[in-house]
Amino acid sequence: MDMILSALPSLLSGAFVTVQLVAWSLALGLVLALLVALALLSPNRLIAGPAALYVFLFRSTPLLVQLFLIYYGAGQFVAVRESFLWPLLREPYWCAIIALTLNTAAYTAEILRGGIRAVPFGQIEAARALGMHRGLMFRRIILPQAFRQILPAYGNEMIQMVQATSLASTITLMELTGAARTIASRSFQPVELFVIAGAIYLAMNFLIAQAVRWGEKRMAAAA
Amino acid sequence: MKKWIAALALAGVTALAGCGQNDQAGQTAGTNAAGGVPNPLRVATEGAYPPYNMVDASGDLVGFEIDMMKDVCKRMGTECQFVAQAWDGMIPALQAGRFDAIVAGMSITDERAQAVDFSAGYTTTPAYLVSANANPLQQEDFGVEKVDLTEITPEEQAAIDKLRAALKGKVMGVQTATIHANFAEQYLGDVVTLRRYDTQENLALDMQTGRIEVGLADAVTWNAFLQRPEGKDFSFFGPGFDGGLFGRGQGIAIAKNRPDLLAALNKALAEMKADGSMKNLSVQWFGFDTAMP
Repeated sequence: MDMILSALPSLLSGAFVTVQLVAWSLALGLVLALLVALALLSPNRLIAGPAALYVFLFRSTPLLVQLFLIYYGAGQFVAVRESFLWPLLREPYWCAIIALTLNTAAYTAEILRGGIRAVPFGQIEAARALGMHRGLMFRRIILPQAFRQILPAYGNEMIQMVQATSLASTITLMELTGAARTIASRSFQPVELFVIAGAIYLAMNFLIAQAVRWGEKRMAAAA
Repeated sequence: MKKWIAALALAGVTALAGCGQNDQAGQTAGTNAAGGVPNPLRVATEGAYPPYNMVDASGDLVGFEIDMMKDVCKRMGTECQFVAQAWDGMIPALQAGRFDAIVAGMSITDERAQAVDFSAGYTTTPAYLVSANANPLQQEDFGVEKVDLTEITPEEQAAIDKLRAALKGKVMGVQTATIHANFAEQYLGDVVTLRRYDTQENLALDMQTGRIEVGLADAVTWNAFLQRPEGKDFSFFGPGFDGGLFGRGQGIAIAKNRPDLLAALNKALAEMKADGSMKNLSVQWFGFDTAMP
């Protein structure tokens, strides 16, 4: 019990790092995913091709491998170490956010692409008939409907991201799992510590699931 | 409905408990090659701590400790079965009965001795700091060659204070769950930014990228890095550290309450020290004699 009480501050500060990783990578990932999804839908092959390659690469390799390559792999090159990106890439914190962002954006882009394509063509025809130009049509007609469509799938992705952050401990970042492992390695009581860490993850994902459900209801009401 | 859930939960808990249970039956049945020594003897090692234990190009475990254990097992009349295992989960896994012994450059410390039993020590090597050759830290003079933490003399305390001042604000790497991590936390934790690596090899990789300016590890495992081409731009600096929380040399860890196995291991180790085979292995793998008396 004493062990658990003395471990709580480190676990909570680890949980705070986890929250930061999730927030950054989901926010950046969503923006990137939107751009990639639009590129995927482009009739121009020079735009759609690279986007499809990116999605293929990041969905077909394990996140652990991506994390390792971005952190240890990129640092091997002198050119990278001397580039303007190094102040960012030398920090495990930003390497983790970059890897998580690229990974979630690939999945989210596919989800979004499906959502956009599911918008009935009649809606687009109607918008055109009203004289809407492309940008306005996307903002007012296509994206709101696409988002409503994808919310359940995107909720899944968010929950998986929370769990994926646990891999960041392999590149020295002391997020929740890393903090639990570090304490367990000195107290030799891994079961107790991982039960607490698991409970904190559970609480985080419960909040996300509730938020998604609330969002679904709200959007359904608006429709 | 409720009954169903309760039954399901109970089944889940029992299954989980079974997973972690000490496999008593497996330990007694088909063993007893030499009174309480299991056959085969399941030995956990890390495979990422050269030259103590590492994986060669063909994926086989090699190193000082692998050779030593093969000899120990032969002397005990049993066979060694090596398992590569992540460093930071080894002691809990040993307690859960997943293997019989840990041979992984593990230092004998009071903290660990509360959880496991240790054989007599087989090697002892001090801890050293490493930085790039070009780093000004290399020019610092700390006044002493060695700091024994068991009893800190005023000169040694002065060296520690000087080291704290020199390292202030620097990023320092250690392997997680090691005596080096413990030392860094306790003596330097408030002045340096500490990065904890899963393996010593990843720590060395990040020394090369410059993400960490200073690393702390065992002298012998540093040598393995410094002698490779990648390590040519790096050197030791400052005093060597041992004693106190660095423990009493490296030993074989086994679960508590296995006196027969402990006695057999100690007997084999004593024989190896007496007939010079420990010294030979040490010279072969480390380049010098690190054997403990």
